[in-house]
Amino acid sequence: MPEVTPEATPLTAAAGTGPALAAGGDLLLDVRHLVQEFVLRDYGGAKGGVLQAVSDVSFELRAGETLGIVGETGSGKSTLARSVIQAPPPKQGAVIFQGQDLVGLSPRAMKPVRRELQMVFQDPFTSLDPKWTVSRIVGEPLTAYGLGSRRERRERVNSLLELVGLDPADYGRRQPRELSGGQAQRVAIARALVLEPKLILCDEPVSSLDVLVQAQVLNLLEKLRSELGLSYLFIAHDLALVKQVSDRVAVMYLGKLCEIGPVRDIYRQPLHPYTLALLTSIPSAGPSARKREARTVIRGELPSPLDPPSSCRFRTRCPRAQERCAAEAPQLRAVGSEGHLVACHFPLSGREGTSAGSGTSADTGAQGEPAAIKR
Amino acid sequence: MAGPLGQRVGRRAAPSAGASSAERHEPVSPGSGPDAAPLLEVSDLRVRFRSRDGMVVNAVQGISFTVEPGQTLAIIGESGSGKTVSAYALMGLLPRTAQVSGSIRFRGVEIVALGEKALQDHRGRNVAMVFQNPERSLNPTMQIGDQITEAVRQHLPLGRRQAADRAVELLRMVRIPAPERRCHEYPHQLSGGMRQRVVIAIALACEPQLLIADEATTALDVTTQAQIMELLLDLQRELGTALLMISHDLALAASYAEEVLVMYAGQVVERASATDLFARVRMPYTRALIDAVPRADQESHVLLPVIGGRPPDLSAVMPGCSFAPRCPDAQQDCRQSAPPLEEHEIGHWWACWHPCGTERPADA
Repeated sequence: MPEVTPEATPLTAAAGTGPALAAGGDLLLDVRHLVQEFVLRDYGGAKGGVLQAVSDVSFELRAGETLGIVGETGSGKSTLARSVIQAPPPKQGAVIFQGQDLVGLSPRAMKPVRRELQMVFQDPFTSLDPKWTVSRIVGEPLTAYGLGSRRERRERVNSLLELVGLDPADYGRRQPRELSGGQAQRVAIARALVLEPKLILCDEPVSSLDVLVQAQVLNLLEKLRSELGLSYLFIAHDLALVKQVSDRVAVMYLGKLCEIGPVRDIYRQPLHPYTLALLTSIPSAGPSARKREARTVIRGELPSPLDPPSSCRFRTRCPRAQERCAAEAPQLRAVGSEGHLVACHFPLSGREGTSAGSGTSADTGAQGEPAAIKR
Repeated sequence: MAGPLGQRVGRRAAPSAGASSAERHEPVSPGSGPDAAPLLEVSDLRVRFRSRDGMVVNAVQGISFTVEPGQTLAIIGESGSGKTVSAYALMGLLPRTAQVSGSIRFRGVEIVALGEKALQDHRGRNVAMVFQNPERSLNPTMQIGDQITEAVRQHLPLGRRQAADRAVELLRMVRIPAPERRCHEYPHQLSGGMRQRVVIAIALACEPQLLIADEATTALDVTTQAQIMELLLDLQRELGTALLMISHDLALAASYAEEVLVMYAGQVVERASATDLFARVRMPYTRALIDAVPRADQESHVLLPVIGGRPPDLSAVMPGCSFAPRCPDAQQDCRQSAPPLEEHEIGHWWACWHPCGTERPADA
């Protein structure tokens, strides 16, 4: 019978190949040059184009660490998470989870991996079977993997419901329609935890909840992380929310990674103009909130992912864009503090690489000005 | 029954007709001399729903507020706090099962108990609404130009040609590029932000004096949300329309509204200017709402202060303050008698026996 015990992963300082990281656990997930494409079909099944939803994305995640992924709708963040769990497998690249490349594994070989790799979705009601009871929903993964006796499974389900703050005697017999949004999300979290995973992919887990409930669920995720030694890949569109839960943050735009780095650096000193635009778009609560002039609203719409702009994909909306941005694709490179990577020719405050001064003529007072981020 | 609503009272002329204290909230809006009545006056509005099994749900329990011409007011609250039901009451959109009492006066004309014919005139010309989900507000089988002209011709005596011109003009007004071409597109050809712009264009088609935005940006990305909010404020300045924002997002309300109403369990529990509300929050519920939102200036992995429990059952009548069971500061008297909503400080109303008294230092 599996017990709810802390994983107690030894937090050894790993000598990884990548940049040194704040939370230095063992390398748990290593995503390399991941590409995910979808073929669009026109009338009659003719090939209508190829949509590259995720384009050459690489990142690492260490045990006990939370990596937040932010970006707008259509940035490819959900597709990235789905490619990691091989649903469907990516077109190119490698997803190395605990030393094993998942790309190309047979469904049979994937089954034991999925035990350790679970997902929590945005809408709890569409991810829970409406006709099943809560106990059956939470216990199903155990049945599917043939774990424990019936009594052991029941005990496990009850202990998990208690862990997520639901009284098993009351809620175990309910059906999803008898739950509030927050309770249903707790059930979805319990189901994700029942197999004792190492990594949970959270795809906008609190976006559909009210603020007070959202805070409760966020606190629950935080509590579980420290108690069970979990790692999260936390996807959200709200940068403030991502900061709350993450150790490191990756910013995506139109399938590409723009910027990745420790939370502290990203929020204090965003390097990519898109990150700054996202940060200033957050409505801020506070006495100085009505300073509208401090906001740099980015203009325009997300370009079509079928025909993305050449080289830097953000250049069509970027206030700092120059000719070089169209000619040469910026690569992720270390700028500023350690572990802080940005894919931009003209980062907002570059102590290395290109001098940022050359790009300031076109910007709209965006020059590393963190005034709008302060609240 | 009040008189016909269709006729417009010519009060939108003469800007700056005497700056008085009444104009405090409306720096650039036209109209409203010292004697000006508010645009909208809601007093003791109550909405009850009776379900088939005889249960009565008191969705709105006696709320009162006014909206001045050109003002931006926000109503915030959780799901089920009664904010959307109140907005529907203002539009006369509640189903027949709803029992509405109290008074809603728009330019002095009573809306409650107005007939359907008069209500149709009221909607669109006086008050228009933008809903959360633009996909559901638009007809997927109609070109967007036609959807706008339909709304225009419903209320204004315009010919087909003129209405089509007006549609292009409206699309340009909501900053949709190439409006002549976009007119002939269908909703599915537009992005979410563009669709919401079309919905706003339809809402503004007849130049209403009050625009209700019911979670108008909730389904959008933060960057698009910022664009749409800026658009709404720009249009408000251009047209002098009053804006009633309905949202669950306190930070959004604080950034864009002048005055904020906080609703809980069908009642207004606090009302203040946006700056006052954040600088000197009084109602423990508002405090909890503010604290529960993750902020970009806080450290990671810090647990958020949360309150337990859930909003009360609106079908049960209970004595005392409706927030008392969840309130960290609740005392004996809170459970015995309900605190009235009173103006304790100038422009700052709250309904609480034991308000948070400590001055909160301004955030650095």
